Amino acid sequence: MIEVRDLTIRCGQFSLEGVSFEVEAGEYATLMGKTGSGKTTLIEAICGLRPILSGCILLNGRDVTRLKPAQREVGYVPQDGALFSTMTVRQHLGFALMIRKRKKGEMERRVAELAELLGLAHLLERLPAGLSGGESQRVALGRALSASPGVLCLDEPLSALDETTREEMYTLLKIARDETGVTALHITHSQHESDRLADRVLRLNEGRVTSVPPADPRSIADLPASDRPESMAYQAKETP
Amino acid sequence: MSDSPVAMNQIAVRGESKPHHVPSDLPFFLGMGVIGAVYLTLIIAMLVADAAFTSPGHLLAALDSPEIRYAIRLSLISCTLTTILSLWVAVPIGYLMSRHQFPGKLLVDAILDIPIVLPPLVIGLSLLILFQSSIGQWIESYVQITYAIPSVILAQFMVACAFAVRTMRVTFDQISPRQQRVALTLGCNSGQAFWLVVLPEARRGMLTAATLAWARSLGEFGPILIFSGATRMKTEVLPTTVFLELSVGNIEAAVAVSLIMVAAAVVVLVIARVFGLQRPTV
Repeated sequence: MIEVRDLTIRCGQFSLEGVSFEVEAGEYATLMGKTGSGKTTLIEAICGLRPILSGCILLNGRDVTRLKPAQREVGYVPQDGALFSTMTVRQHLGFALMIRKRKKGEMERRVAELAELLGLAHLLERLPAGLSGGESQRVALGRALSASPGVLCLDEPLSALDETTREEMYTLLKIARDETGVTALHITHSQHESDRLADRVLRLNEGRVTSVPPADPRSIADLPASDRPESMAYQAKETP
Repeated sequence: MSDSPVAMNQIAVRGESKPHHVPSDLPFFLGMGVIGAVYLTLIIAMLVADAAFTSPGHLLAALDSPEIRYAIRLSLISCTLTTILSLWVAVPIGYLMSRHQFPGKLLVDAILDIPIVLPPLVIGLSLLILFQSSIGQWIESYVQITYAIPSVILAQFMVACAFAVRTMRVTFDQISPRQQRVALTLGCNSGQAFWLVVLPEARRGMLTAATLAWARSLGEFGPILIFSGATRMKTEVLPTTVFLELSVGNIEAAVAVSLIMVAAAVVVLVIARVFGLQRPTV
């Protein structure tokens, strides 16, 4: 669950004042608003990457306002993926566990699990320079999910992708949410994207966040088989 | 629809007008090419003139001289130590200057440029005076610096490090902070994010900074002449050899030593380019 209460952030001339909103546990929320309205600032504040003046942020009931980003257990997927250019896909998927000094066996199991979930098994030894846009975003998503965070923050993760890849990613994001039960906050400019993904739509306008019901909420179960990418592991799981 | 007689007339007039003449691109590229070629020719002509002036016999004679062999050894060792020291200092300074704001940053930035803008002789003289001060004398009471090998390394370091700092700062400026921020959310503290994510991304910049520092150190002469002296078999580096040989009129040996320096610089440059351009994608 994400709870933002009376949050005030100042950054040069720009400010957000008294912002409050909630995303229920396990919900997939999209955050929409004009360019420059402060969506990225808000998501960075939740991740602990932006200092705040006042207010508080609670993630799954825990007050994280004064905690470092590393202590918040938030998965963060920035716009361009921001992959580590010197690391392979395998190293990306294991990075958060390596930092947490998890055992080798546990790391290998988790990497295999994520690679299967995200269709990355055949790319594990590749460097980011050898990945397509969609593959890069899948790696960024896997890296963010690897330590099983309670909250996932995505900053326009699909904006640079073509229409077909984007459709695959919609499916994948829903699967990831369903499989992990993570609470997600996803910035987007696309109404279609929001309609496809959101359980809850948040609109940031002139420093205020309003919650509106999604236009066409669909769960993964409602998706036609043709929408599902072939490489995804859930196909095997759903086969009786 | 705007098919009024006036609009139609305007379109017709445009259609009938003389096609726009686009002047050739040739003078533009020719002008740039000629300017570039003149400079390139000058560089190559210099090296060819050196090579033509000397002979394998002169080179072998130079390599056979114990003084020159000592100078080659001291140059290689001092340049390598200077490069390591310069990188060790330039990486943290470049990182802090690139990624952090702090009071007095502009002043610090200006101070960091002083070794670049100061005449080399002034740097040598300033170092000499510094080590005549009470603090300098206190250090000298433990380790002899002035007119000894440490002074060669310190004189090279003062200038080479300034160039390495500039290079590292530009390197960190060009690396997006996003990767580092993602690393923080993945569980890293600032140090882990730096060592595991930022520094590997900066490896090419480090290689460039190292090359620059090494090449700059190899050619350093003015500060070394004043701060270290030109004592054969003691503080003699390759530029000192060129100076000493020229001063006794042995121009053949001076040119031969110059060519050894050119060869060393080219080898370092090629190694840096070869490793710098490697980009495995698997």
